[in-house]
Amino acid sequence: MSDGVHSEDVIRVRGLVNAFGGNVIHDHLDLDVHRGEVLGVVGGSGAGKSVLLRSIVGLNHPVEGSIKVFGTEMVGMDPDELRGLQLRWGVLFQGGALFSSQTVAENIQIPLRRYTHMSQQLMDEIAAMKLALVGLPADTAQKYPAELSGGMVKRAGLARALALDPELLFLDEPTSGLDPISANQFDELVRSLQQSLGLTVFMVTHDIDSLRAVCDRIAVLVKKKIKVGTISQLLQDSDPWIHEYFSGARGRAALAGA
Amino acid sequence: MRNRPLAAPDESLADLRLERRLDLLRVLPTGEWNIGQVPRLDVMLRSLQPERAREAEIDASGVSELDTAGAWLLLRTKNELERTGVHVRGLQVPERYLPLVQTMEAEHIAGPIQGVPAPRGFLNFLERLGRGTSHALGQGYGMLGFLGRITVETTEVALAPRRELPLPAFVKQIEETGVTALPIVGLLAFLIGIVLAYQGADQLRRFGAEIFTVDLLGVGFLRELGGLVTAIIVAGRSGSAFTAFIGTMRVNEEIDAMETMGLNIAEVLVLPRVLGLMVALPLLTFFADVVGLIGGAVMCYFDLHITIPVFMRELQQAITLKTLLVGLIKAPVFAFLIALVGCFEGLRVERNAESVGRLTTRSVVESIFLIIAFDAGFSIFFSILGI
Repeated sequence: MSDGVHSEDVIRVRGLVNAFGGNVIHDHLDLDVHRGEVLGVVGGSGAGKSVLLRSIVGLNHPVEGSIKVFGTEMVGMDPDELRGLQLRWGVLFQGGALFSSQTVAENIQIPLRRYTHMSQQLMDEIAAMKLALVGLPADTAQKYPAELSGGMVKRAGLARALALDPELLFLDEPTSGLDPISANQFDELVRSLQQSLGLTVFMVTHDIDSLRAVCDRIAVLVKKKIKVGTISQLLQDSDPWIHEYFSGARGRAALAGA
Repeated sequence: MRNRPLAAPDESLADLRLERRLDLLRVLPTGEWNIGQVPRLDVMLRSLQPERAREAEIDASGVSELDTAGAWLLLRTKNELERTGVHVRGLQVPERYLPLVQTMEAEHIAGPIQGVPAPRGFLNFLERLGRGTSHALGQGYGMLGFLGRITVETTEVALAPRRELPLPAFVKQIEETGVTALPIVGLLAFLIGIVLAYQGADQLRRFGAEIFTVDLLGVGFLRELGGLVTAIIVAGRSGSAFTAFIGTMRVNEEIDAMETMGLNIAEVLVLPRVLGLMVALPLLTFFADVVGLIGGAVMCYFDLHITIPVFMRELQQAITLKTLLVGLIKAPVFAFLIALVGCFEGLRVERNAESVGRLTTRSVVESIFLIIAFDAGFSIFFSILGI
């Protein structure tokens, strides 16, 4: 169970700088994600939420700074080492990013086929089990992504992200494009999976309901830096954007139920 | 929780012990029951026979690690044993894994799950044959409908002076399909001119008729090769681009957006491409004719020592304006076919990435097929007319 010094922080970002064509997105940003917590990442459009996620999973190379995941430095890592880490996390992209030429079951089995040597029978069982785990009916397995509704695509994407039983789960706007009922169900699903599987979750979101329902702590990207805290801590914050975010009409309505 | 990358199945990492006492079977998993280890454990558990046991107990309290794949094996084994009439007393796991097992049980995950059946057999063959035939007929029918739609649109645009042709789009298409294709078309025509002259000279030399290489070049290139080669290059270059472009717009719902805004797809997307290519391809063909003849002339000069003035004089005797026109008249028809097929297949793309690739390939294959088929048709037609 122990992972040496870094067992508390699954992700540790220090002095991260990201810039695109002279346009600085992150300016020496620091962030810690503790083991077993759900961290919600919010910020205005273009504040660099997705860039942060992409930097952590290695899809984007930062200009400067250090990103440690499971205590391993990600910046400048060679592809072989990265592969070892990739097995330990799952990513749910905003649009699901299911491979459209393959059935849902085949989508879930891709990592299984690539990284383990199990029989087709066991892979079918595991695919069916993952689908049940994310609350999809069994007949979804044989369907193609184009035949699924938006909410089902997200769930199927989550099932694929969970295929190798990762410890760390990245979710990019998991509830965007879902109706409020589906969004609530998805929130509950994430929460229950996180608790029963002991996951650490890094969730980029715009959905204040999700933040309230699921997240232990919230990281707000504002002015190229990040501020982390619980909702009640952030409500006390003096930053006008944060204030507006949580105290605007939508924020108040969502938090009223808290 | 796993703290390192997947380890290969190994009995020192995860194992299974069985204890049989009278009619009690005890299943004792140990070690790391995670996804790296399950392939081996799966085989072991699948071959597990209750034998004389009437009761069973699965005591996994000795596992050091358990993930959903490992938990699935335990739950499946429990269900399998119960199915064969063995009473399973209990399933023990370390306390920290209780939520996992409970969640999985609550989701009815351990219920019977069928694998994905693979369709096969004669019936499936018949079904696919029928599907294929119906698809091919539907394709022809759809293409005919599309041709009709384009014809009606073109006539409407031509007859209604207020509905102007989208001129910028039209010019842009001429540039994209014509001007930018000049280098590749020129290069290939030049090379084919060289090859044709070389092979022709080789054969004709046996009869002492080297000078007729010029006739072969002139007639061969202007009537057939120039147009055919250009059309095939353009089909691969622009026909595929049409399908991919329109197909990607389909995937991005841009086509749907256009339709809801009351824009006419045929007018906005198809007409500029069809008309643009119908202008560009004859011009390209003429260019290919000229460059091909230059290639041939270069080869004649070096291989047969036919000087340029002699080449010109011989060429003038061999061909007439009619030879050139017979070649050029086919170009707009080829252009129409390429653009029609390219746009038609593009609009048939479904909303997934695979569909774009499949239909782009199909578009190129279909347009090259149609080009060659029409070229053969033209040859027969011209020979009947005696041209």
